[in-house]
Amino acid sequence: MSEPTMTLTNPTHDAAREQDLILQVQRGQSELFYELVRPYERRVYAAALAILRNEQDAEDTAQEAMLKAFANIRQFRAEARFSTWLIQITVNQALMRRRRERTVPMEGLDNRRDVSDNENEYAPRDFADWREIPSEALERKEVRQRLAEALATLDRKYREVFVLRDMEHLNIQETAEALGITVASVKTRLLRARLMLRDLLAAGWEQGWFSRLPFEKGNKPW
Amino acid sequence: MVENTFRCEQVWREVSNYIDGEVDAALRSSMDEHFRTCKRCASVLAGTRNVVQLYGDERMLDVPAGFSRRLEKRLENRLTHDSAVKGSRWSSWSAWLVPVAAMALIAGGLLLTNNLTHWHFVRSQHAEPAYKIPPDLVVVVSDGAKLFHVPGCPFIHDKASERTMTAKEAMQEGYVPCTRCLRQYLKTGMSGHSATEVAEGGRVEEEEREETLSVAGH
Repeated sequence: MSEPTMTLTNPTHDAAREQDLILQVQRGQSELFYELVRPYERRVYAAALAILRNEQDAEDTAQEAMLKAFANIRQFRAEARFSTWLIQITVNQALMRRRRERTVPMEGLDNRRDVSDNENEYAPRDFADWREIPSEALERKEVRQRLAEALATLDRKYREVFVLRDMEHLNIQETAEALGITVASVKTRLLRARLMLRDLLAAGWEQGWFSRLPFEKGNKPW
Repeated sequence: MVENTFRCEQVWREVSNYIDGEVDAALRSSMDEHFRTCKRCASVLAGTRNVVQLYGDERMLDVPAGFSRRLEKRLENRLTHDSAVKGSRWSSWSAWLVPVAAMALIAGGLLLTNNLTHWHFVRSQHAEPAYKIPPDLVVVVSDGAKLFHVPGCPFIHDKASERTMTAKEAMQEGYVPCTRCLRQYLKTGMSGHSATEVAEGGRVEEEEREETLSVAGH
């Protein structure tokens, strides 16, 4: 089998085909399961990695989540998005693994101090004007790596919400349910995660690691 | 900028909701006006949007080399194992199937007759029986779960499959009370907690959490 392309989901993978696959697997055509879940394998891995912060654990958990989804496919009902169901299973598996094995590295002191902070009081620290980022920037592995590193510096509670909401594209309610927190907490943590990442990346922007691309470096507005 | 400080802080608090379309029309209008006049906040908005756009791109999700191949292999192994188990079960049991099935039917009929009025079985290993729970209390159960809850309990598993019934009906179907929302009806909830009870409670909580986290159809 060949490795998938860089694209996460197949643009032509339409909902009708997915629904058809689900029904066939539910009726016993197990061999079609991989075809059903393949468009989501990257999202499943990313969700596990956001929680576990360890590539091997994330891969194991992603596989276990897929197996669990397979074992429980008859419980899936069409009123939910299959992708959301799959991601929620993955989050559950990852959270259970983290509780059981306690393999997640300790968060840094600064991050842990954030837990007791008033989550509403985060103020942007950098006002560099990086208004235009061409999507071509993401073609560069270096840029993706920098973004991943910035994300990894966030405290766990912010990183988990951000990944589920902004990378997995769960809605606010789904994110809250997946993590077992309130909608208000999701909104607060999401705000903070976005602002912190913006500050982290704005600093990188000023240091020029986007700069090999032909877009203009912003000016301080003050 | 000094005269704008308070308003800027308000804008920063809402910028994420603004991007998600989660602010009402009046607030959106006020923020739009602010962004037109405050370059700092306009920069915050633009940068935050860039964050959402960059990380929301599918190219940001990468997997280790060989991930797909290993996943497919593991799924194949599972399918092969399942098929083998089904096959071996059938071949080893098929010779005994008819007489055993006949005996089971007879025994089952007797058991059903005996238990028709008191069909209780405890689904949860750590479950506690209810104590003086009002039989007509309206409770909620859901598919794949072991517990019954008061409506609105945050620990209801798989809310999409919620069913409402009386506490008496729930217990007849083998459900046990949630140790959170129905704690007052559990014996441990009516007295002090011994170390053993606390430890046991910890396991029950873990079980509840596992249940909350376990796979559920939506």
